[in-house]
Amino acid sequence: MGDRGPDSAGLAVFGPPVEGGRRRFNLYAGRESISWPQLVDSARHDVSHDIDLQARDNHAVLTSSAEPARIRGWLAANYPRLHLLSVGRSIDLFKDTGHPRQLADKYAFNKLAGTHAVGHTRMATESAVTPAHAHPYTAGEDFCLVHNGSLSNPNSIRRKLEKRGIHFETDNDTEAACRFLEWRMSEGDSLENALEKGLVELDGFFTLLMATADKLVLVRDAFACKPAVAAETDAYVAIGSEYRSLAHLPGIEEAQIFEPRPERIYSWNVSSSLAG
Amino acid sequence: MERVVEPGRMTMRDSTSPSATALPVASPPETRVIEWDLARPGKSVRALNQWLHHDAPRDAAGSCIRVLNPNGQHHIAAGLNAPLEVEIAGHAGYFVAGMNQLANVTVAGNVGWSVAENMMSGTVRVKGCASECAGASGHGGLLVIEGDASSRCGISLKGLDIVVGGSVGHMSAFMAQAGTLTVCGDAEHGLGDSLYEAVLYVRGTIHGLGTDAREEPLTSADVEKLASLLGRAGFNYDPKSFKRIGSARTLYHWHIDSSHAY
Repeated sequence: MGDRGPDSAGLAVFGPPVEGGRRRFNLYAGRESISWPQLVDSARHDVSHDIDLQARDNHAVLTSSAEPARIRGWLAANYPRLHLLSVGRSIDLFKDTGHPRQLADKYAFNKLAGTHAVGHTRMATESAVTPAHAHPYTAGEDFCLVHNGSLSNPNSIRRKLEKRGIHFETDNDTEAACRFLEWRMSEGDSLENALEKGLVELDGFFTLLMATADKLVLVRDAFACKPAVAAETDAYVAIGSEYRSLAHLPGIEEAQIFEPRPERIYSWNVSSSLAG
Repeated sequence: MERVVEPGRMTMRDSTSPSATALPVASPPETRVIEWDLARPGKSVRALNQWLHHDAPRDAAGSCIRVLNPNGQHHIAAGLNAPLEVEIAGHAGYFVAGMNQLANVTVAGNVGWSVAENMMSGTVRVKGCASECAGASGHGGLLVIEGDASSRCGISLKGLDIVVGGSVGHMSAFMAQAGTLTVCGDAEHGLGDSLYEAVLYVRGTIHGLGTDAREEPLTSADVEKLASLLGRAGFNYDPKSFKRIGSARTLYHWHIDSSHAY
């Protein structure tokens, strides 16, 4: 997977949703050394008693029934250098600089389980190589997006969204697409409807692969400037930029393999029996 | 070392044959198959291509070179310059059989972007579908895609003949200068945009011609040419069922009325 972009990588995995009103907050400490137990103690004291945390190296999943705005605000005030990677009931997210193989080892990707996942390996073209610039990008809850391509109008989208009080974390073009779509969904659009507006609004080259708690959605720009290939079997759907990243999947010989058409929105529902 | 399969062994592997007992007559006994398994250590695409460029023309003359486990890898059998027979047993990635000269390359699967790009001569046959830019800038020879080809098929064509059994995607034959693109199925929008002297034949529906491309009457010379191309490609369609698309040549010279466009 790293042949195309060895500089940074990421993976979002959607697992069974956490019970009740709780959410999973994925935290990333980067090169900072952090005492996770101390963070839990302070958070229990300041925010809510209902705080659990599972840490692995510089990554932790905090689970709580506290409101996301509350957690976000508390983290910003007390741990300003800690990065909140994702919020949701189902999503876990890992991203970092380095070769995908290093990430896979570091975060034990082979132990992860879930109904669907979105991975990315980056070859940076328009903004810095940092963990925050790695994909997948997230916005809102249980939503992530990866992008192959480059947008030519991310700044105008950004200005439009910032006026509405939407906060950006990086100067990356993909983040503009991610926050635009999440803004449309927060206004009541389905992801597919949001994408129809995105096809009008987003100028540039893109193959976008997105996931929510119960969907996997793919779209390519009108010119099909960036590649994509999909494989469907009775057991799974797999999407990649190139067939060679799918070639080793079980049962690929019997898969229905096709190239997604430009500007067509492909949407796969994750069955609830699997998600439960 | 590549694994050499004796003729008798090879025929046993032929899945299209009804039974092993019927085979000795069906298969030319003199055809030797040399297998190159890309999954084996030291058998990378680079090693394969170096062998095909340097030693294979001497060592594999008259043999069929079968490439196993291509798994969508790029550049397989690119840059050949000898009358070799190469069969790729599975899906290939980008630039497969690129710049081909003299060789006959068959892919028993799908191919990624730019199959046979800039090919000069010989034959490249894809038994599945091709991704974008198939035959881009090809100068000569024959490229057959038995399934569909996606966008920009035959872009900047310079003399190659392309025959597509299925349909082609948008902006196919963009700026095609010489050669032919024959499409047995449909063509997406922008077909033949900014066409020069290449000629396009389409049997199905054309979802929009590009700028300066126009439908022209099918001549008896076209029918003869099509019959030959379809025959070589192995498609049994009536040549008269195709439409001919050529250049209206209105973009060849600067026109003062276009000045507002700049």
